[in-house]
Amino acid sequence: MDYELTETQLDIINLAGEIADKKIKPVRAKYDASEEFPWEIIEEMRKADLFGVYLPEEYGGLGGANLELILMSERLSQACAGIGLSALTSSLCAIPILLFGNPDQRKRYLPDLASGKKLGSFCITEPASGSDATSMGATATLEGDHYVLNGVKNFCSGGKTSETYVVFFSTNPSKGPRGISAFIIEKGTPGFSFGKKEEKMGIRCNPTYELVFENCQIPKENLLYKEGRGLHVAQGTFDLSRPGVAAQALGIAQGALNETIEYTRQRKQFGVPVSSFQAMQHMLADCATQIEASRALLYSVAKAMDKDVIPATQKAIKEGILVYDAMKKLGAKRWTKESAMVKVFCSDTAMKVTTDCVQMCGGIGYMRDFPVEKFMRDAKITQIYEGTNQVQRNEIGMMLIKEAASAARREAVAA
Amino acid sequence: MGIHIAVCIKRTPSSTSVAIDESGQIQTAGLPHGINPFDEYAIEEALRIKEKLEGSKVTIISAGAPESEDVVKAALALGADEGVVVTDPAFDGSDTMVTSLILSKTVEKLGDVKLILFGKQTNDGESGHMTALVGARLGRPSISAVRKVTDIDADSITVQRLMDDGADTLKLNLPAVVGVTKEINEPRLPSLKGKMRAKKAAIPKWGAGDIGVDAAVVGKDASPTGVVKMEPVPARTAGTAITGETPEELAKNLVEKLKETKFI
Amino acid sequence: MAYEGKGVWCVGEVRHGDLSPSLFELITAGRIIADARSETLTAVLIGKGVAAKADEVAARGADKILVLEHDALDQLVDEAHTGALTAAAGTEKPRTLLFSASVYGRSVAPRVAVALGGAVASDASALTVTDGKLTLERSAFGSAVISTVAVNAADGPEVVTTAPMAFERSGTSETKAEVTQAAVDPASWTQNTEFVSFSADESKEIDLGGAEKIVSGGRGLGNADNFSLIRDLAKSLGAAVGASRAVVDSGWIPYKHQVGLTGRQVRPRLYVACGISGQIQHLAGMKSSDVIVAINTDADCPMMKLATYSVKGDLTQIIPAIVSEIDKVRGSSNGS
Repeated sequence: MDYELTETQLDIINLAGEIADKKIKPVRAKYDASEEFPWEIIEEMRKADLFGVYLPEEYGGLGGANLELILMSERLSQACAGIGLSALTSSLCAIPILLFGNPDQRKRYLPDLASGKKLGSFCITEPASGSDATSMGATATLEGDHYVLNGVKNFCSGGKTSETYVVFFSTNPSKGPRGISAFIIEKGTPGFSFGKKEEKMGIRCNPTYELVFENCQIPKENLLYKEGRGLHVAQGTFDLSRPGVAAQALGIAQGALNETIEYTRQRKQFGVPVSSFQAMQHMLADCATQIEASRALLYSVAKAMDKDVIPATQKAIKEGILVYDAMKKLGAKRWTKESAMVKVFCSDTAMKVTTDCVQMCGGIGYMRDFPVEKFMRDAKITQIYEGTNQVQRNEIGMMLIKEAASAARREAVAA
Repeated sequence: MGIHIAVCIKRTPSSTSVAIDESGQIQTAGLPHGINPFDEYAIEEALRIKEKLEGSKVTIISAGAPESEDVVKAALALGADEGVVVTDPAFDGSDTMVTSLILSKTVEKLGDVKLILFGKQTNDGESGHMTALVGARLGRPSISAVRKVTDIDADSITVQRLMDDGADTLKLNLPAVVGVTKEINEPRLPSLKGKMRAKKAAIPKWGAGDIGVDAAVVGKDASPTGVVKMEPVPARTAGTAITGETPEELAKNLVEKLKETKFI
Repeated sequence: MAYEGKGVWCVGEVRHGDLSPSLFELITAGRIIADARSETLTAVLIGKGVAAKADEVAARGADKILVLEHDALDQLVDEAHTGALTAAAGTEKPRTLLFSASVYGRSVAPRVAVALGGAVASDASALTVTDGKLTLERSAFGSAVISTVAVNAADGPEVVTTAPMAFERSGTSETKAEVTQAAVDPASWTQNTEFVSFSADESKEIDLGGAEKIVSGGRGLGNADNFSLIRDLAKSLGAAVGASRAVVDSGWIPYKHQVGLTGRQVRPRLYVACGISGQIQHLAGMKSSDVIVAINTDADCPMMKLATYSVKGDLTQIIPAIVSEIDKVRGSSNGS
C-alpha cells in the first residue's frame, strides 16, 4: 500500500529496517533469554539518529512528529518489540516535556533525548494505583525552593537504563485527582533509587523497575506544567503517545506474519508446502487483512494528529509558549478517542495475528528456537500498557456520549 | 593533524543476474545499482581514519555514468565530507588502464590528497588492479589486500597485508594508495541527518576538460584493451546422485567415484 | 613510437624461499602465446636467493630463465619488484608479461604495465593468439559472464594476470632452460615503502588459491564444533579448507577461508561442499571447479543440483564414513 509518505519518512523506514534486519534480528533471541539491555543496538539507533525523528529540529530532532515515531517503532518492532521499545519509552518522556514543558525545560531536556545520548522514561503506576491513577500514594512536598519526593512507583519501563524520568506525585493528597503533579527527575538525584526488577512474559530485554523515592529533593523548576494538573499532563501525553504503542503492536503482527509466511512456504507436508493448503491461506489472508486495516487507521490518525501538532510546536517555539497552549490557541482537538481507537485496534490485531501465527507454524511455532512464540509473548503487553484496552474502550465510549451530548446541545441552541 | 583522504567508489549493479544482448554487450540498465560492495569497506576505513586524525576530510570520487551521483550521496550519508562525479561521454569504454588515468588526474586536481582508498575489487569487472594502477600513475606507493591499518599519521601509514602464508606489515610514506579487503572493518549504517545532508549536497560533475585530460587519450579507442563480447556462463547441470541405504554405503559409492576420477 | 617487443615472460613468485607452483600455470599459458608467435618463453625469478630456484624451473618448459637477484627484493615491496622488473623489461623488451592473479600479481603487474606504457588485463582463464593478436577470456559479474577481451598494446608490452588454477601446470621437459642474470639496481626506482615485518600463519594450512582440492563447510554443519568434520575430511583428501560466508560471519572459521564473491574465487579440480546450500555469491566463487561433490540433507538446494556428485544425508554421519572409507581404500592399495 502506498501511504504517500515523504522521502524522509521512507528513509526512516529503510534505516530502521536495516537496523532491524541486520543488527536486531541476529541478537533478539539472546536478549530475550538473558533479559539484558541491548546497549549495542541503542548505540546503532543513536548513530542513525532514530531517537529524534519525532522532535523539532530546534532541539536536535529531525523535525518530524507522530507519524515519524510510528514508522520507526513499527519497523523496529518487526524484528523485536523489546528492543524497539527503548525508543518508545524515551518518547514517553519527551512528549510530556515537549507538550507541557516551558521553553527552558524543553531546551534543557529535549536535545539529549533527541540524540539518544540520554534515554527517558515515564512512570505513573503505583502498587495500589494502576488504571485508577487518582489513588496515588507518592507525595511531593514543596519546601522553599525545592520539592521533597517520597513513595514508590512501579512498572517503570526503561527503569535504571534511562537518565531522565517524568514521574507523577501527589502534591495535595486531600484533592485526590486534582492534587496530582508531574515532575522531571534525573537519575543520580540523591534519594532516588531503583527497587525490584520485574521478570516479564514479553519485551524482556527492556527493564521494568520499581522507582523508590526517599526524601528526594529536586529543584522546584522540575515541576512539569502546573501543580495539581498532573493528570492533565498524563492524558495529554497518552493522546499523542498511544499511537506509538499501536505501531509497536502493528510491527509485532507484521513481523510474526512475515516469519510465518516464509515458514509455511518451506514446510512440506504430504509432499507439498503447507502454504498450499486453503486452511492455511485463509488464516494468512485474515492476518494480512487485519494488519493492513490496522495500518490504514493508524497512519490516518497519526497524519491528522500531526496537522495539529506540527504548527502548534512551531508556534510555541517561536512565541516562547507551551506547545499545549499553542494547540489550544490554534483550535486543535483532543485526540483521546482516536488515539484510544488505534491502540485498541492495533494491539488486538497483534494478539490475534501472533496467536494465529503460532498456530500456523505448529509445533515449531511453540518452540523458542523459532521467533513466532516471542512475537506472541511480546504482543500481550500492547493490550495492557499505556492504559489497558478496557480503559481505552471506556474512553472511546465516554467520548462518543460526550460528543452526542454536545451535538444535542448545539441542536437545542440552534432550535 | 588531519589529512585529506579520497575514496574511489564505483556504481555497480547490485545483482549479478545480468542479461547479455544479441551484440554480446551486457545489459545492466534495469537493474538496481548501488555502491560496489567492496567499496563500502574503503569508505568505512576512511571515516575511521578521519575520526582518528582530527581535522581530516574525506572526499568521494566516482567515475562513471552521471547517475554515479547516487552512490556519492550514499557515501555522504555515511559521513563523507564531499564528493565528485567524474563523467564525460568521452570516457565511455575506457578500460582499467585509462580509467586509472582519469582517477589519478581527478586526485591531482583535488590537490592535497594524502591517502587514496579503494575496495578490493569491483563486483562487475573484478580486476582488483585499480589500487596499483593509480599508485603507479601518481608515482606513489600502493598496497593491495590490506586487512588492517595499524598506524597512521600525517606522513605515513602502516598496514597489514593479507598474504597466502600470513600477513606482511609495511609502512608507506604518504601520499599513498591503499586497497582494503572485507576483513578490515564492518561498515556503518548511514544516519538520517547524514541522509538529509546528502540530499541537499551539490555534487560537482567533472568532465575531461575539468581534470585536464585530452579526450583523445580516454575512452574506448584510446584503451589498450577492449571487451569484444560477453557470454553467459553455461549453467552446470546436475550430475549423479550417489545412492545408498546407509551412510557407509553412500560413503563407499562416493569414494568409488573419487577413485575413478583419481582424486584418491 | 610503437613498441617492438618480443618474447613471453612468466613472472614467478617466491615467498620465504618457496616457489609458487603458479609459475608452471603461467608457463602453460605462456606457451600458447610464444608458440603462436614463434617467440621464446622466459621464466623470471625475482627476489633474494632465487637463483637457487632455477633448478626447480629449468626442465618445466621454459626456454630461458631470467634471474633478478637482490637483497632489496627479499620481501614484496611493490615499488621494488616493479622497479626491478621494469628495468629488466626495459632492456630485454618482452612483448608479453604474465603474472598469476594473486596478491603479488595484482600488486605488481599493473604497476609494471603503467611503467612500461603497456596494456594490462586480468584473470585470464583462456588465451588465444590470432594473426598475432592476443585475446583472452575472463569471468566477470560474479562468474555469471565470460567476456572476451582483445589486447592491443601499441606503446608497451601486454601485461596479463591469469586466474589461479585456470591453466594446467607444465610438466617436465627434456631440455633444460639456460639461466641468465639481469642486473638489479635499487637506485633505478623510487621507494616510499618500508617493509616492517612478516607474521606467518601458524596453521600451515593449504592455501585456497592454488589448492587442487578444497573441502568447504557451511551452515548445514549445525554448529562451530562440527567444523572439525571439514578439517578431518580435508586432511584425509589432502585438501584445503574452505567455508561459506555464513559460517565465517558466525565466527566458526577466519575470513581467509571464505569462498565466494566476497571471499576467494577458487577453481580447484575437486570441490567438496558440505552443508552449503549454494547461495549465488558462494557459487560465483567456486562453480568453475572441475568436479563438485555436494553433501546436504536438502536434495533440492542449488548446490546439490549442480554438483557432479550429490550425496543426500546427515553430515555428521556421512563425513566420518567417507574418512574411514578413504582410509580403508588407501590401506588396501598400500598393502597390495
